[in-house]
Amino acid sequence: MSSDLDVFVGNTTLIDEEVYRLWLDGHSVAEAVARRLRGGVLEREGTSVAVLQSDTRDHYRTFQMLERLLHAPPRLLQQLLFQIPPERQALLVQRYYAFDEALARELLGKKLSKGTKKELDEFDNFKRVFKAVEELRGPLAENIQQLFLLPPPLARDYAAIVFFANSRFETGKRRLQFLSFGDFAACAQSMMGHWSQGALAPEAAEPDGDLPKSFLQDLKELKVLVSDKDLLDQHKSLVCSALRGKISVYNELEANFKALSRALVNVGGKLTHARDVRDFFVDLVEKVIEPCRSDKWSLGDLRLFLTHYTAAPRNLPGFRHQALWERYMAAITACLLRMYHD
Amino acid sequence: MPGKLKVKIVAGRHLPVMDRASDLTDAFVEVKFGNTTFKTDVYPKSLNPQWNSEWFKFEVDDEELQDEPLQITVLDHDTYSANDAIGKVYIDIDPLLYSEAATVISGWFPIYDTIHGIRGEINVVVKVDLFNDLNRFRQSSCGVKFFCTTSIPKCYRAVVIHGFVEELVVNEDPEYQWIDRIRTPRASNEARQRLISLMSGELQRKIGLKVLEMRGNAVVGYLQCFDLEGESGLVVRAIGTACTLDKLSNTSAFLPACNSPSKEMKEIPFNEDPNPNTYSSGPSTPLKNQTYSFSPSKSYSRQSSSSDTDLSLTPKTGMGSGSAGKEGGPFKTLLRQQTQSALEQREFPFFTLTTFPPGFLVHVGGVVSARSVKLLDRIHNPDEPETRDAWWAEIRQEIKSHAKALGCHAVVGYSESTSICEEVCILSASGTAAVLNPRFLQDGTMEGCLEQRLSWQPGFFSIGSEKGEVDFFPQSQDSSSLLGIEEASPPGCGFCHIPYDELNMPFPAHLTYCYNCRKQKVPDVLFTTIDLPVEAVVVGKGCLIQARLCRLKKKAQAEANATSISNLLPFMEYEVHTQLMNKLKLRGMNALFGLRIQITVGENMLMGLASATGVYLAALPTPGGIQIAGKTPNDGTYEQHISHMQKKINDTIAKNKELYEINPPELPEEIIGSPIPEPRQRSRLLRSQSESSDEVTELDLSHGKKDAFVLEIDDTDAMEDVHSLLTDVPPPSGFYSCNTEIMPGINNWTPEIQMFTAVRVSRLSNINPTNQTLNKNFNDLCENLLKSLYFKLRSMVPCCLCHVNFTVALPEDELVQIAVTAVAITYDKNQALQANKAPTEKSQQRASTDNEEQLQFPLELSSDPLSSQPFSPAKEALEGASSHTGIPAAQRATSLEKASPLAEGYLRHRSVPSGTNSTVSVVKMTPLSFLPGAKITKYLGIINMFFIRETTSLREEGGVSGFLHAFIAEVFAMVRAHVAALGGNAVVSYIMKQCVFMENPNKNQAQCLINVSGDAVIFVRESELEVLPVQPPAAAPQPTGSAGDVTT
Repeated sequence: MSSDLDVFVGNTTLIDEEVYRLWLDGHSVAEAVARRLRGGVLEREGTSVAVLQSDTRDHYRTFQMLERLLHAPPRLLQQLLFQIPPERQALLVQRYYAFDEALARELLGKKLSKGTKKELDEFDNFKRVFKAVEELRGPLAENIQQLFLLPPPLARDYAAIVFFANSRFETGKRRLQFLSFGDFAACAQSMMGHWSQGALAPEAAEPDGDLPKSFLQDLKELKVLVSDKDLLDQHKSLVCSALRGKISVYNELEANFKALSRALVNVGGKLTHARDVRDFFVDLVEKVIEPCRSDKWSLGDLRLFLTHYTAAPRNLPGFRHQALWERYMAAITACLLRMYHD
Repeated sequence: MPGKLKVKIVAGRHLPVMDRASDLTDAFVEVKFGNTTFKTDVYPKSLNPQWNSEWFKFEVDDEELQDEPLQITVLDHDTYSANDAIGKVYIDIDPLLYSEAATVISGWFPIYDTIHGIRGEINVVVKVDLFNDLNRFRQSSCGVKFFCTTSIPKCYRAVVIHGFVEELVVNEDPEYQWIDRIRTPRASNEARQRLISLMSGELQRKIGLKVLEMRGNAVVGYLQCFDLEGESGLVVRAIGTACTLDKLSNTSAFLPACNSPSKEMKEIPFNEDPNPNTYSSGPSTPLKNQTYSFSPSKSYSRQSSSSDTDLSLTPKTGMGSGSAGKEGGPFKTLLRQQTQSALEQREFPFFTLTTFPPGFLVHVGGVVSARSVKLLDRIHNPDEPETRDAWWAEIRQEIKSHAKALGCHAVVGYSESTSICEEVCILSASGTAAVLNPRFLQDGTMEGCLEQRLSWQPGFFSIGSEKGEVDFFPQSQDSSSLLGIEEASPPGCGFCHIPYDELNMPFPAHLTYCYNCRKQKVPDVLFTTIDLPVEAVVVGKGCLIQARLCRLKKKAQAEANATSISNLLPFMEYEVHTQLMNKLKLRGMNALFGLRIQITVGENMLMGLASATGVYLAALPTPGGIQIAGKTPNDGTYEQHISHMQKKINDTIAKNKELYEINPPELPEEIIGSPIPEPRQRSRLLRSQSESSDEVTELDLSHGKKDAFVLEIDDTDAMEDVHSLLTDVPPPSGFYSCNTEIMPGINNWTPEIQMFTAVRVSRLSNINPTNQTLNKNFNDLCENLLKSLYFKLRSMVPCCLCHVNFTVALPEDELVQIAVTAVAITYDKNQALQANKAPTEKSQQRASTDNEEQLQFPLELSSDPLSSQPFSPAKEALEGASSHTGIPAAQRATSLEKASPLAEGYLRHRSVPSGTNSTVSVVKMTPLSFLPGAKITKYLGIINMFFIRETTSLREEGGVSGFLHAFIAEVFAMVRAHVAALGGNAVVSYIMKQCVFMENPNKNQAQCLINVSGDAVIFVRESELEVLPVQPPAAAPQPTGSAGDVTT
């Protein structure tokens, strides 16, 4: 006697967290049943495999019907079809949009607008979020939080993904492999936080996901710090005198100052060209982090150096871009400090 | 022209994309009522249109208002081709037609399409201005309130319970009209939905007129059903109980308890005083009466051969009343005459109620049922549905005569149903024969003295005063003479006492003296269709008991088919009864409540499913065990086998007693009196009609009781049956289940509830099915379904599945469909343990009270309340329904002082429905008439909805399961939306009356019809009531505008 039709519908929609996880992980009903069996539910509840199958199918159907609504979470709140308590709704959304950081790390900086990737739900989520906020003004993370009802940390991670996808930073090079998704997400946050228009004026015309063109253009002005030999020398002596005796790698600093400064300034100057933008993180690692690391700079050394390096131009005669410089260096400093590890 | 209907279309949201090119929709709305249609402007290129229309006004008479649904159609405007329909909303405006219900319907409704399901939502506001019409001869019955609830609704009191009302209307089914061949499935479905909506409206109006004629103002226990008779048409029929209800005004509910005796007469109905009940205080009339189960004298009339049964029963009727003089003395005769005169004016003294105001039910005689097999033919003239009327009249007549045979004048817990297969239709009616207190039934004479202040709240522990109390004191001297004939039956057991004459019993029964009062006779087993009376004293907990049965039948046509079905029915009834009896004994219980036997007819088989709630009534004797006996006693291995089985049965009984906590107090033998010898009785209950049965009964020793129940194993079938008895698995620990409103023995509900519907369709794949294999399949299907429910709801443990309602259909040759609707309610385990002991203590205590001279009792009541009151109010509150009412009236009176402050808080009204803070307001649904831990403050009107869903892309919608899953969810959503729009936050007495599912997998098609109903209400959490400051009730805001809160 086989059951052709077998449904259970509650006035309050039943959500089984374990089955939801299995569904999200892409298991078939049969696989999910097998996993639940291994979890020992049979012994605990004294039930049969048939009951477990029926239950799993019910949940899967519910999730399939819910999926359409999960694509636009505010609709989940307004819809009338499923009566789900708010805390359960939040859980559904949060789990649906949760992602594997290793995968996200792999996808960082890749194009999200085209469905080139294999059929991964998480990739679909990235694409969906990307598409929804692409054209929106204002702070990216807040937009995402509003449109997808995500908890703030998750919304910030999505903002980072969108930011990377927009700017197409290279993250896949071998020398960048030591950086985690978390490192990049933190960098993205710092960059958006300090550089985007929203950071200055909330009513900005451009989306946060794109770095404002005028700002990038202005960064060219900073080149004077390395192109003007006098300024470069004065900058060096200001920093060195401030740091003498305070850092363990003073000699190395003195020897490398000009190279470091050139690297730090030029990274910004190149941001106007899309092709050069891609190399942002590569340049930082290759020209700043790796030399420092090989000279055994400690994180404290780097922090101290960057602080004084950023502050010193204030005292350089004829340098009129201190505000721009500090805005630029704030993000760069945050990025470098986050990235400076093994 | 006494009414103006006003409709405003506000906005839409989440509309489907109708124009692929733009990914948008140009939506507009048609609003239709009767023959008038209005349209909104087209709101171009939006999926969230803001129409903000003017008020569309329909000027109509109230007859039309009652019959017609408001029809709202959302369309997509298309310049070049026909406009595409997006979907429709039907709104029943009936709740707006009586003053105490809703005043506005306002909210988001799902836009429903019979092919695509829900497609977005529309925000609508509906109002009705009614002009007063004093025309007495009008055709409308505006103002008559309808309740699905089968008890007196909370916040009302019953002034008079008038009795049975019924009506049916017939029409051609649009699905079978010639035009159906040329129209789209959508058009056909919509025609059907609209027609049924119209017919329901008309039916309700006609029933309302009958109620007005009876001078009532409400219908309680309203049950409306559809018979889809295919080619022969569509029947919509309804039954209900006409009542005169009084809304309990807030003011009166807040009057402080008043103790002056003279004032008490008038004020008792309104104050918090748990009134003394005279049924425990009247003169001790030795009324020896009561019950057995099942009327054995069912007859199966086919086509039009019914009236003979009536004749055959008439003598017994005479006998019943004749016994009164002999048995009960003049008082009883008087009572009978009273009741009789009250009831016999009525054609059918039937009551669809299953729960009654205390004192209403005097005795219960047992279940009466009648079935009749009919051949359907085309209904030629829809305006004169005489054939169908005559069919039902016939059945009802039969029920009436069965009741008389049991010495009863009334039938309570009455219901009717049909099962249709092709052109054969089985009509069924069943109820519980009962003797009622006449004073509820008469208009005028006793007015004011039978005021049920509040209907009782079953299930959860409410304060004593919260239960409906009845003032039994006559108001005037004239009526005081009536007090003289008031029965002395103690409340906890009176209803168990047999109403028929013990020397001339209508059927063999085993009688003993009541184990509670020891004065009157009780049967050994009691079957009823009603809920467990609140006052009943029970031991332990109850449980769901089901009998399941299949019988093969040859395929046949017309007359031959009807004959073979008629011939099978008695055997099925008999076996269902035997199974129920066996399963009841197996659980160590002695009574069934809420019994519902469903016989379903299919092409090649009949199926019987009986569900009931088993319970141990303290008044009835301890059931003996089950003794099995072999036919061939000389065979050694066989005997070994038999003794093995016997051991298993005994073990099961012992286990069940432990599980359901059945530990009745041991009573000294001499008090009980010797059982009346009734040797023939056992042979009736034997599975086979073996001659040796009498001797077999002598053999039993193992169970220590002389009245052990003997199962004789004379063939393999019988062996199978015994096996199947043992296959019923008890629910996993932490779960209880019942099919009644309240679970006997559990009363400390916590507020969490989960209503659900589960549907299964299974294929009986046997090539050569036998009755045995079918039985096993069917049994497994039901057991697995229950198991599945327990698993699904495991997170709610400890909990109880209440009102478990199974319906069986045989949609095709080998398909069995089972639909279950029930509610899981959590309870507090710790409190449950506390309350367990109570019933036993009390039954013993009351027993001693009742043995005292009862004539003196009324005087003691007012002057000298029992000082040894052992129950504190707090404890009393915990003990709840069943145990609570076991407290003698005098004790209740003493607990008044302490109980009332709490009661006052409990009664406080609040208008804002809870749960408005979220985007979509939460609407609870339950098949019960109450919500645990909450108080219903207002009834907003009846919900009665009929939906059809069809698909031509079954696979794409996830197959049959995906299709039905979505549809049931949609039905729930539409019910919730309507309730929310009425300003409510719950549906009580919810029932899915029909779920007709048809599929054609080859064509990738499926169709389903669902009919649901219930009462929309506003409830307030008790916890919210308690924290509120005391406010004068007069100032309590009426929740009239609350719809606005809901529709944010």
